[in-house]
Amino acid sequence: MTRSQPWYFLPGPAPWPVIGSTALFLMAGGAAMWFNGVSSGPWTVLAGVLIMVYMMVRWFGQVIDESEGGLYSRRVDLSFRWGMSWFIFSEVMFFAAFFGALFYARVLAVPDLGDLEQKLLWPDFSASWPTAGPIAADPFTPMAAWGIPALNTLLLLSSGVTLTIAHWGLLQDRRGALNLWLLLTILLGATFLGFQMYEYGHAYSELNLKLSSGIYGSTFFMLTGFHGFHVTVGCIMLTTIWIRCLSGHFKPDHHFAFEGVAWYWHFVDVVWLLLFIFVYWI
Amino acid sequence: MRHRMATSASCVLLAGFPGLASAADRWNMQAPASIVAQDIYDLHMLMMGIIVVIFVAVFAVMFYSVFAHRRSKGHQAAQFHENTTVELVWTIVPLIILILMAWPATRTLLLLRDTSNPDITIKVTGYQWKWGYDYLGGEGEGISFVSALATSRDQIQGTVPKGEHYLLEVDNPLVVPLGKKIRILATGSDVIHSWWVPALGIKQDAIPGFVRDTWFRADKEGTFRGQCAELCGKDHGFMPVVVEVVSAEKYSAWVGEQKKMAARADDPNKTWTLADLMARGAKVYAANCMACHQANGQGVRGTFPALDGSKAVSGPKVDQISMVLNGKQGTAMAAFGKQLSDSEIAAVITYTRNSWGNKTGEAIQPAEVRAQRK
Amino acid sequence: MSASIHDTARAGHGGGEDHAHHPSGIMRWVMTTNHKDIGTMYLCFSFAMFLVGGLMAFIIRTELFQPGLQFVAPDFFNQMTTLHGLIMVFGAIMPAFVGFANWQIPMMIGAPDMAFPRMNNWSFWLLPPAALLLVISLFVPGGGPAAGWTMYVPLATQMGPGMDFSIFAVHILGMSSIMGSINIITTILNLRAPGMTMMKLPMFCWTWLITAYLLLAVMPVLAGAVTMILTDRHFGTSFFNAAGGGDPVLYQHIFWFFGHPEVYIIAIPAFGVISQVIPAFSRKPLFGYTAMVYATASIAILSFIVWAHHMYTAGMPVTGQVYFMYATMLIAVPTGVKVFNWVATMWKGSLTFETPMLFAVGFLFMFTMGGFSGLVLSMAAVDVQVHDTYYVVAHFHYVMVAGALFSAFAGVYFWLPKWTGRMYDETLGKWHFWLSMVFFNMTFFVQHFLGLAGMPRRVPDYALQFADFNMISSIGSMGFGVSQVLLPYIVYKAVRHGAKAPQRPWDGADTLEWTHLPAPAPYHSFETPPVVK
Repeated sequence: MTRSQPWYFLPGPAPWPVIGSTALFLMAGGAAMWFNGVSSGPWTVLAGVLIMVYMMVRWFGQVIDESEGGLYSRRVDLSFRWGMSWFIFSEVMFFAAFFGALFYARVLAVPDLGDLEQKLLWPDFSASWPTAGPIAADPFTPMAAWGIPALNTLLLLSSGVTLTIAHWGLLQDRRGALNLWLLLTILLGATFLGFQMYEYGHAYSELNLKLSSGIYGSTFFMLTGFHGFHVTVGCIMLTTIWIRCLSGHFKPDHHFAFEGVAWYWHFVDVVWLLLFIFVYWI
Repeated sequence: MRHRMATSASCVLLAGFPGLASAADRWNMQAPASIVAQDIYDLHMLMMGIIVVIFVAVFAVMFYSVFAHRRSKGHQAAQFHENTTVELVWTIVPLIILILMAWPATRTLLLLRDTSNPDITIKVTGYQWKWGYDYLGGEGEGISFVSALATSRDQIQGTVPKGEHYLLEVDNPLVVPLGKKIRILATGSDVIHSWWVPALGIKQDAIPGFVRDTWFRADKEGTFRGQCAELCGKDHGFMPVVVEVVSAEKYSAWVGEQKKMAARADDPNKTWTLADLMARGAKVYAANCMACHQANGQGVRGTFPALDGSKAVSGPKVDQISMVLNGKQGTAMAAFGKQLSDSEIAAVITYTRNSWGNKTGEAIQPAEVRAQRK
Repeated sequence: MSASIHDTARAGHGGGEDHAHHPSGIMRWVMTTNHKDIGTMYLCFSFAMFLVGGLMAFIIRTELFQPGLQFVAPDFFNQMTTLHGLIMVFGAIMPAFVGFANWQIPMMIGAPDMAFPRMNNWSFWLLPPAALLLVISLFVPGGGPAAGWTMYVPLATQMGPGMDFSIFAVHILGMSSIMGSINIITTILNLRAPGMTMMKLPMFCWTWLITAYLLLAVMPVLAGAVTMILTDRHFGTSFFNAAGGGDPVLYQHIFWFFGHPEVYIIAIPAFGVISQVIPAFSRKPLFGYTAMVYATASIAILSFIVWAHHMYTAGMPVTGQVYFMYATMLIAVPTGVKVFNWVATMWKGSLTFETPMLFAVGFLFMFTMGGFSGLVLSMAAVDVQVHDTYYVVAHFHYVMVAGALFSAFAGVYFWLPKWTGRMYDETLGKWHFWLSMVFFNMTFFVQHFLGLAGMPRRVPDYALQFADFNMISSIGSMGFGVSQVLLPYIVYKAVRHGAKAPQRPWDGADTLEWTHLPAPAPYHSFETPPVVK
């Protein structure tokens, strides 16, 4: 860049958005076909996912080049901060819908199903949590809180600490510490995911706890499942910035991508705490 | 007292529109036939009165401005643009009006929701697309029947002239005595329906898996008509509610008659001939199955499966009996076990297995159906 | 276009120093990162969807012209009412106001463009695939979704594959709205010109800032709700199935937690447009600016705590009903404040009635009627009688059509000279207003009576006593539909043959786009930010 940094960087025309839209269209249409037994559905979804991955790599690649090329002024940096904050807020609201469903079921729907008036329809149902509802398919054992879930809590909380230590390393320009602690954070996240997968296997094979196990199974798997998906995304994001750190990106005073990912990781962490309390524990 | 005042307020209002008051049913809520409906009617008229006054006042100001403060009349724009006092006034005054409005609104609501001490309790079940009534308590306990649209398909298609109560007539209306408190327990069997009789001031969603209650006490004899008020699929517009309010004596007579009819009901152990089953089945099919599976058994492509040549019909009869009794989860195929008797189910299954291209030659007996009931 | 882009020395282009990066023809629109191009696409898309949704309304009103089933089967009728709702809300009205936001916000706050231009492009280009999915749903076995735009379960669980297409369409529309909102919030908070303090923001920007927060808070919730329908349909969950311990009413709670703020997502930007138009043609500053800002914010906050007034007949405990009734009635206070302030703005002004002002006054009059019928509906006991009847249909069309749509028309006529540099035909514009006004009322005013007298909504056929009003309503709707053909013609005529517009055709308009930018506005609004005193 020979010119002085502009006061606000405006990117030129870009093909990535419309490629992303095409990908989403294929994913959505493909999934709708897949769920209704059309054999080409899964392949359509796969094509969409591949295009989406390509688009993300290229788009983010361009953003990284622009950032390292010094095009992003303080004000652009501030825009990213606002943008990421409000994106995380929208994610909070997405989880709020599922937590809302859980609270509604536990506080209102299930006790209501067990009360006197509903005896007309469900004479034998007594309300208690956990439950699979009045027409319980087969009995299941709920997930205990103090085994793997507690361990997972510990893992995620530690990963928040290691990430903060990595951030200190970045701020003080100690790159070795940065790379090491960031790697450790990723490993902790991956271990969490491994445990989570083991726990799902355990639920299905030994506890007879399934997605179809009534309202308990529904809320349990949807909440933990969406959280697990977010941890996966978080791990991919962490890996991306780790590779960038290894390539010498970021400066002590210019590393929004790192902070954005860190915010996201802490958000995932907080969601887990709520999950641990309301889904596993009480 | 309040009731009187509201009515006179409404009269004043209606007087402004000659001819409206006489045809009130067309321009306004139906003539109330219960205390709750009357209260709602009055509440609505009162609110309308207040609203019309405010509306006229505000827009009188605006239109005065529109006519007086035009540039074409040479009006120069003033430049004032703030006045805290005025803002406070038009925040607080509406607030006070609202609080005054909330008082009668709350009173009516509390009356509407007071379902205590009923004389008669009736369970109303919404089916796609008819209503089931079970008298659970009070005089008539034990009576149970299904009430469906009585208007012919020909009238709907327009091949014959439409009758006076087009779409608002049923085969078996709900019969209740005058002046008795009737508690309605509403539930749905498949999707959400809503049981609604405007003249009685009653509308209650029928939610599958839950029982929700409401009540009415009719203070006029007569026939009151309503409709399902919650979108419930294809024939949502074709499942009316008809309530007949009769005197206590007539009600007792009706109850006696229903009990006698129940006693005369089909003997479930009788063995039927194929021809009898086919004749009976054709009627049951027309009333319950034809709307979806069609008269020719071809269904509607993509929505309602064909029965003609279907494996569900030509396969093992136990599977078909189970399907008709219990329905199919997640589809519009209802569980008919609670709506139809063993004989009716046996007849309609026999009918489907021996109509159109289906030629199994089997006669299903009521006993076989009963054996599969849980 | 090329000349204006070339002069972007200060705003700076990512590698965009030469023309090679600026494709022409269709690719210009596909790849554009310019707020004006994107705004134009939003507005055109919105109008196209308005025609598609209008066609569906035409089918609905044709069937309802007379009692009896004449033209369509009940199942198809239900698909039409469902898709009419979905397409008009998500495809026509919301994108129209996002289009205004794209065009106007950077110009009004003195910014070069939106904060995230590439994401802005994606927000738009997510809409066509979503619309396509909705239309495709009509052609899959079983047809489109027929459970109403509210998609109540268990009816939605019963639907065929078309429902899945609609669910995914809603997901994609949600993503679009979330990205659009983040962009608008960031632009307003971070890209204001020096001296443009928050309390100097034009009212339109304030309303969009508040709307964007509403969108961010509720679109993810809607995504969650439809996801639960999807898993209930295909993966055996029991969120809305009592047999498994769930509750169909849970869906209604989640949906209306989205759905009620959604009403204000549509109405609040409309308030914003009106708040620009009325002062401009009254030649007088907006009365009570501060109160307007607070009133708008209050409406937005209240909109989160009133959702269950859509569910008075679902059988919630009476204490719940009383609470939701009081909270709902409270909304009348800030809404009243807004109406009073608009009237006070006109008071002792120097009024003229060009087309934008006509639509604004029409808005004011009719929106207030919609607000008052809303107040009637807020009374739980009265609502029991009119819930799910044509009274409700009349009520929300007064708010959505005479409210939001009229305000969008006002905005188009108001800003067209700035966008195109040409004046529209005033006579035709006035025809457009008066025809819309007369036919709109013919269509919807009589529906109040239908609802009161007991005609339920979403029915393809009705009893004989409703015949007269339905016929009037159908004739009105045809007239309303045909009148809208005027709009594209007027815009076309203005662009092709219109008189050259001066920089400031409305002498009462005093926001930055009028005072600082020529007509038509340059490709990048403010290459160097203006200083606002």
